[in-house]
Amino acid sequence: MGVLRAKNVGYDDEDGYGEEEEYYDEDEEETPGMSDEDREQLQTGTLKVKEGLFGSDVTVTDAQIQEALWHYYYDVGKSVAYLKNKYGTALEEKAVTTPKKQKTPSRFDQVVEAIPATPKSATGRDPSFLPLYLQESSPCTAPRLNMYIGHLVYPLADLTNYMPASPSPGFFWDTPWFGVPSHRLGEITIEPRLPRGRLLGGSSKPSKLAALAAARKKKQEDAKNATPATNVETDKAVTLLDKLTLKSRENGPQTPRGASSEETPAPRKYLRKRSPSPIQVPKRVASPPPEPAKPLITFPDLRAQPSAFAAVLCGLDSPCHESPETVNSFPLPYTALPDFKDANPFAGPSPDDILSVTIGPKPKPARRTSDGHDLTTSMEKTVIEESTKVRSKNLNVVVEFNRSGLKRMANFVVIGHVDHGKSTLMGRLLFDMNVISQRSIDKLRKEAETMGKSSFALAWVMDQTSEERSRGVTVDIATDYFETDTTQFTILDAPGHRDFIPNMIAGASQADFAVLVIDASTNSFESGLKGQTREHAMIVRSMGVLRIIVAVNKMDTVAWSQHRFEEISRQMLAFLTSASFSPKRITFVPCAGLTGENVTRKADDPNAKWYTGETLIEALDASELPKRDLEKPFRLTIGDVFRGGITTPVSISGRIDVGTVQVGDNILCMPARETATVKGIEVKDCPVDWAVAGQISTLHLVDIDPVHLRLGDVVTPISSPIKLYKSFSAKLLAFDHVIPSPVDVYRGRLQAEGTVVRLDALLNRFSGEVVKKHPRIVKPGEVARVRVRLERELPLEVGGRVVLRFRGETVGAGVVEG
Amino acid sequence: MRLLKSQIDQKHGAGFATLLPEEPEDMWHAYNLIQPTDHIRARALRRVSKVSDSGTVASQRITLELTISVTSCDFDIGSGQLHVAGRVASENEHVKLGSHHTLDLELNRKFTLEKMGVEGSDKGGGWDSVALQQLREACDTDRRAELWAVVLGEGIANICLITEHQTILRQRVEVPVPKKRKGYSTHDKGIEKFFSITLATLLRQMEPSTSNSQPEKTIPLLLASPGWAATAFLQYIKAEATRTSNKALLARVPSILVAHSSTAHVHSLSEVLSSATIMAKLSETKYARETALIDRFNTLLRLDDGRAWYGPKQVESAVQGGAVGRGGGVLMISDSLFRAQDVKERRRWVGLVDQVRETEGGEVRVLSSLHESGKRLEALGNVAAILTFPLPDLDEEEDGAVAANGGVDDVDGDMVV
Repeated sequence: MGVLRAKNVGYDDEDGYGEEEEYYDEDEEETPGMSDEDREQLQTGTLKVKEGLFGSDVTVTDAQIQEALWHYYYDVGKSVAYLKNKYGTALEEKAVTTPKKQKTPSRFDQVVEAIPATPKSATGRDPSFLPLYLQESSPCTAPRLNMYIGHLVYPLADLTNYMPASPSPGFFWDTPWFGVPSHRLGEITIEPRLPRGRLLGGSSKPSKLAALAAARKKKQEDAKNATPATNVETDKAVTLLDKLTLKSRENGPQTPRGASSEETPAPRKYLRKRSPSPIQVPKRVASPPPEPAKPLITFPDLRAQPSAFAAVLCGLDSPCHESPETVNSFPLPYTALPDFKDANPFAGPSPDDILSVTIGPKPKPARRTSDGHDLTTSMEKTVIEESTKVRSKNLNVVVEFNRSGLKRMANFVVIGHVDHGKSTLMGRLLFDMNVISQRSIDKLRKEAETMGKSSFALAWVMDQTSEERSRGVTVDIATDYFETDTTQFTILDAPGHRDFIPNMIAGASQADFAVLVIDASTNSFESGLKGQTREHAMIVRSMGVLRIIVAVNKMDTVAWSQHRFEEISRQMLAFLTSASFSPKRITFVPCAGLTGENVTRKADDPNAKWYTGETLIEALDASELPKRDLEKPFRLTIGDVFRGGITTPVSISGRIDVGTVQVGDNILCMPARETATVKGIEVKDCPVDWAVAGQISTLHLVDIDPVHLRLGDVVTPISSPIKLYKSFSAKLLAFDHVIPSPVDVYRGRLQAEGTVVRLDALLNRFSGEVVKKHPRIVKPGEVARVRVRLERELPLEVGGRVVLRFRGETVGAGVVEG
Repeated sequence: MRLLKSQIDQKHGAGFATLLPEEPEDMWHAYNLIQPTDHIRARALRRVSKVSDSGTVASQRITLELTISVTSCDFDIGSGQLHVAGRVASENEHVKLGSHHTLDLELNRKFTLEKMGVEGSDKGGGWDSVALQQLREACDTDRRAELWAVVLGEGIANICLITEHQTILRQRVEVPVPKKRKGYSTHDKGIEKFFSITLATLLRQMEPSTSNSQPEKTIPLLLASPGWAATAFLQYIKAEATRTSNKALLARVPSILVAHSSTAHVHSLSEVLSSATIMAKLSETKYARETALIDRFNTLLRLDDGRAWYGPKQVESAVQGGAVGRGGGVLMISDSLFRAQDVKERRRWVGLVDQVRETEGGEVRVLSSLHESGKRLEALGNVAAILTFPLPDLDEEEDGAVAANGGVDDVDGDMVV
């Protein structure tokens, strides 16, 4: 009590209300400590004092008298003198302030009542009534704490008993030297040995000067309070409270200015947490004694003794040195709760497990386990060996591949006229196959809407560069993966715009079959047939693609008209057969990419009842795939050269045309004639040990400068390099009139300048016999043998497919003859 | 090129012309004019060594006027330098007759070209009609149109200077631009880098050459690309000019033309130059006219009505048949044919030109082999003709090669391609 009082008194002058609240405080805390005898003495003493005061005009309350009596040990004479001194000097003021003082708590009451659910402390006292400085200084934590750990009802006495009298040095143990977070900042208040503003010598009398100052302060305060007197009482109370908060800010840790009384406890909560005292609280809890977890490791006390300055500043006595163990073990208050104790967080499956169950097993790990070889560990081994030479494991990749039991792999290119919905259809396919999450679709949709292109959201799954999105046109091939029960598919989404046909050729050169997307709406189909629907179909055919799925898209815009579908099918069938696609390898599927009907699920539209055939995904699954040539020497056409990361500075990607490759292989890049070593292989963004023909893979290379790698270059084993050609002869199917002229030569990603120098012969389309030598011109649809001279040497192979274009038109496509 | 003095015998084609090249393109004209066996007199720098009486050898470099009889000509397109090799034809105190020398013709330094005339089979062709026309063209300073053209695509740019008679590829910029990949943004960064390199290169190329004494004229700039690369590059130029407050560049920006081409290769220029928008904006220039002419020829060829022929033999027979005459007959011939080392070869083509122009009354166009149109003509055998009337099959080849089953389509089988 004594200590407590000394502290409290210290704040009196700074807080106008401190005085009276102190009284409340004392009164309450005092009463239980008093014996009946004491009380009787007080009663009689009060009466006597009243009598003694009667002559003077000093008006004091019983409580004040009792207080004085308590101080002077029931010495009536001394008490009277004190009271006369204290309240007599500030006579007029007292007259005003005393009722005021009594009024103020009532305002607090109003505020408090206006707050619906202000938590009451365990002792039933309203915490709002606590003097503010009390609320903010550690000795008063007990009632607060009770508020915050509401479930744990501790006897207040218990708690207060264990409150340390002064903040322990552990208070600052985790405080950084610089950049102390604002919530940690506090004002250090040195507690005066003696009550401030009082006379020295232990007398509780304030000095006259102090009393005067206090009186003046009160006067000002009252004048302030008096002005909004007309206001509603609660309002006043609130403003009063605001002032209080302002004051408290001066005092110690900040409460946000103007914060409503509801919020005021919040910053205090912080303080509670940080102050060391609550740490000890749970330890001392009697009812469910959670044994404070002994720290496993005892830390030696590394902290030095506080400096003399710090000691003065914080008023530390040396024995207050707290061992760090108490801080290291930090039992949280809720650990004592029965709910917490009983809970077993690891009883059920983990969220990861749940996720993997819903998604299904990943293909790669499954394969690895079925391998028999522990490829995972060996892969790790190669990664560790980075600094040294990459060592080949000399796997027999063909055997490994046959043993792996992989699903069949299919790459298909999506072709068609611009704006016929290729990218959207593929976005839909990926979305419905759960490759793209609903969340990312929602995000794309939002982005698309902000750009005013909400219908492009699905297409943006494939179109990822800013240019493609702002223009709404696919520019370059987009690659993505999904798989069905039987097949792993790779989508190659080609651009439809005529300017980007070179990119489309690059995509088509990697494809096993093609999906031709056609817009069913009026005029669109017709304009496409004149444009890239036709050109694309002919290019993929001459690139060696035999199987084609015609997806008649946007059926929702023509109300799933069967007539329209059949009309398009008829015309396309006629055209495709003329382009020498075999009718048995053509499939027509009506669908709607935007709504997703008949893509992976049957159409819901009642108008679509007539269609009973397969959905797009079924048609994809039903595609037969060409046989892979694994035994031939490895060939990969570079489709992209990039810097994969800090550990993989040179990476190339492309489809393996024939053969196999494994980590550690030495390769030759043509036409640069530079060698390199394969450090790592990735297929579908997963690291693997080997890759086989048909897979679109990424090779991480070492021992080569990226300047030697250009798009369209061919990577081969050193043992069987590819031949470079400066000029070649080709069997060409003419799409347009062919005359000797400069042309662009395309082979996969390769784009080169060349010239048709000679038309050697016209050939029979089917038998290949020479029909006419040295024709002057080759007409569209004719097959001819032509001689092409290249500007620079290029890697070509007999049987390779090339496309010749001139001035934005495809002149012809053909097979290299040597 | 300025003609300082000339004395040419019209009848025999013998005579000389003293010329002063002023622009780099004049070197190209000189290259076309100079034939083997011609005599050239120009200032030369030669190292001369003298053996003194005591046997010591003192060698020094002296400048002297030297006349050589040309044996070969070497033209460097990129730098516009012409090296003429030959043997000394007139002796002087330093150089002996018949010793070899290579003259480097320089800008703003006169030279005299002398042709010997038609007499004597070992002599050169003399000043024939084609040579005289070339001389006229070379000295015609009125029609001078120049154009900077940048043909660009993603990661590749060709910076060309198009002049009246030449398309010079000044610089080729190749910057690897990563393709778009899922979840990587390296593509945009690559494009940015590509643009900055291209612009820096372009500005370096466009810096006025110090050798050019004429007042600087602004040469228009043309950007062409498939897709939107040219537009994006123009925006980049604008942004860069503003950012670096490059006033000269900023002033140019409004005059930059943007055109569409199907590829980033140089030969797409022909497509750009024949497009209507560019034709309208550029004055009537030789390259534009030549491009249009070749396009017309191609159109006729596609019609396949026998009015368009190409190839030396075919055209010659057409001219003999009188089909390249008045009323639309046009003979297109590449200037490379007249540079033939073999005098007889040159005479053959000069004769053909003379025949069309004088006896038949047709039009003759000599196309510059350095332009894209000339390159297209080169692919067609350097000579082509638009006839006034269709001629039956001029192919000398036997038609009997048509296979018996040539017309029968074997529908079931797969195509050979």
